[in-house]
Amino acid sequence: MSVYNHSVSLDVEKCKGCTACLKRCPTEAIRIHDGHAVINPVRCIDCGECIRVCPSKAKKATHDSLSVLNDYKYTIALPAPSFYGQFDNLDNIGYIIKGLRDLGFDDVYEVACAAELVSAYTRKYIERKDIKKPVISSACPAITRIISTNYPYLCENIMPILPPIDIAAMLAREKAMREHPELRDEDIGIIFISPCPAKVSYIKNNFAGERNYISATVSVRDVYFAILDIMNKYREEPTEATESGIIGIGWASTGGESTAILNHRYLAADGIENCIRVLDSIDSSDITQLDFVELNACNGGCVGGAMTVANPYIAQARLHELRRFLPVSPNRPASDWIPDRYFREKLVEYNPYSALSSDRKTAIRMMQDIEDLTNKLPGLDCGSCGAPTCMAFAEDVVKKEICAEECTVLLKKLVKEKEIPKELLYAELGLRERDCSGGGNGEKDDDGE
Amino acid sequence: MSEILKFHFDIDGSDFSSAGAASVMVKKKLRQLSYDPEIIRKVSIAMYEGEINMVIHANGGTADVEIHDEEIIIILSDNGPGIADVELAMQEGYSTARDSIRNLGFGAGMGFPNMKKYTDHLQVDTALGVGTTVTMKVKL
Repeated sequence: MSVYNHSVSLDVEKCKGCTACLKRCPTEAIRIHDGHAVINPVRCIDCGECIRVCPSKAKKATHDSLSVLNDYKYTIALPAPSFYGQFDNLDNIGYIIKGLRDLGFDDVYEVACAAELVSAYTRKYIERKDIKKPVISSACPAITRIISTNYPYLCENIMPILPPIDIAAMLAREKAMREHPELRDEDIGIIFISPCPAKVSYIKNNFAGERNYISATVSVRDVYFAILDIMNKYREEPTEATESGIIGIGWASTGGESTAILNHRYLAADGIENCIRVLDSIDSSDITQLDFVELNACNGGCVGGAMTVANPYIAQARLHELRRFLPVSPNRPASDWIPDRYFREKLVEYNPYSALSSDRKTAIRMMQDIEDLTNKLPGLDCGSCGAPTCMAFAEDVVKKEICAEECTVLLKKLVKEKEIPKELLYAELGLRERDCSGGGNGEKDDDGE
Repeated sequence: MSEILKFHFDIDGSDFSSAGAASVMVKKKLRQLSYDPEIIRKVSIAMYEGEINMVIHANGGTADVEIHDEEIIIILSDNGPGIADVELAMQEGYSTARDSIRNLGFGAGMGFPNMKKYTDHLQVDTALGVGTTVTMKVKL
C-alpha cells in the first residue's frame, strides 16, 4: 500500500494525551502512546473529528499558506460554495469575488459553477442501465477513502465522474490559457479554498488520478480572515457577480447535491458515524431502490468542515438567503454526452488494512487470542491504556503493539488481589498515611491496615 | 480439521434498532482474517437476514459462527414460535411480519430466499412452540 499523506496532524507539544480524540475517531486510527496521541496513517480518513474535539487544540489540519500566491505568475482562486456561508450580513456573493481579486488572485473560478455541471452529468449518468446502484457521491473524500479501505463491494458504486473541485480546476486552467495565451502551464496557480482537511489530502495524494489540476490548497478560515478587512471597506456595490445558481451553492450543505439530481430515489446523510451506518446498510443489501446516495462526513455537509469559521447550520441559513434570487442553474453542459476527461482516471480501488496476518492460520490463531483476551478485559472501554476500546486493546496486545500491563483496570485488580504494598503508591503520591474512612463516594474498600 | 475459530453472539430481541449488529461484527472479523470479499459478502448477508428474522419473529436468540478450513458455518438458534410451513417461508415475497415491522422496510419476504441464495447449504430445524435453528454453510 502506498503511503498516504495526511492533512490531519498532531502538535506533540500541545497534546496532553487525554482520550477525547481517541474515543471519537471513527476508524480507531488513534492511540495514546508515551503521553500523546499517535495517528495511524493507514487508518486515518482525514475526517477532522479529532480536530473538532481536541480540548488542547493539538490536532490541526495542515494546508498551504496564503503566501503560495507569490509562487505563481497567474493565480486563480477556487472558492468552495461553503466559503460563501461564512460571512455575516452579506447579501451579494460579488463582494467575495471582488475581495478575492483584491487579496491578490488574478481570477476567481467558483467551484459552485462546476458543481452545476456535475449535477447535470449525474442526472444523465444515473439513467444508465449498466451501472451499479445506488451511485455513491464522490464529493466527500473522507467517504471515498473509508469505502476504499473498508467496503470492497461499494468501490464500484462510487460515482466515476470527477467531483466539482477537479472539474472547476480543469476549466479554470483552460480559461486562463484561453484568455492569456502568453502564460505557460507552470505559470498558473490554481488555488482551492478548502473547508476541510479531507479535501486537502485528496488533492495532495492525487486521489482522482495522476492528472493533478489543483496547485495548492488554502483554508476557508485563512482566506476568510484575510479578506474580511478588505470587504469591510467596500462602500459601493461590486461590479463582480456570482456565476453560479441555486443548485451550485446548494452543494455546500447536505441534501444539496441530491436534490439537484431531480429524482426522489436518493438518500442524503451527514456526520461520519451516520455515514458509516448507511454504508453498512448498503453493504448488507439492506437499502434497495435507491439511485443516489450522498454522504458527507461533516455534520451539515461541507459547511461543517473542520477548516471553516461559522457554525454549519448558521452558514447554511446564510446560503439560503444568498441564493434566494439567483437562477436555478445557469451553468449547463455544452454537450449531451459526458466528456471522457470528466471521468476519473482510475476507479476507486479496495485497499484493505485490517488483515491480522497474510497467513490465514496465523490470523485465525491471533483472532482466537484476541477473543480470549477480550473476554478477560474489564469491558469498560475507558481508554486509559491508550486504545479506544478493550477489543482494540486486545488486538494491539496480540499484534505486540502494546504491553498487557497498560490496562490500568486489570493492574488495579491485581494490586488488590496480590496485596502489593500500597505504601509504594502512597509514597509516590506524597501522602503520609492511607485513610479512606470518609467514604464520600460510597466505595467499599477493605480498610485493613 | 485443524483450528476452529468460534464466535458467539446473543441477539437481543427487545431492541429492534440494534438488530444486524452481530453480522456487522462478523464482517469486521472476516475482513481481519482477509477472506475474499465475495465470501465476506455471502456470510454477512445470510447472517444479517437470519439475525433480522430472529428479532422480528422470535424475540431474539443466539448466533454462532464457526470458521473451519473448508467452510464457514452460521448457526442461528431461537426459542420462538417455530415456522409452520418451511416451504412457504422459503418463497420470495412471503412474510408473516407485522405491519409495524413492514413500515420500517422489513418483512419483504426476502429473508429465507436471500439466506438460500448466499449460502451453499441451508438447513431449517423447527418445531411449533419450541423454536427454530437455522444452519447455514458457506464453502471457502
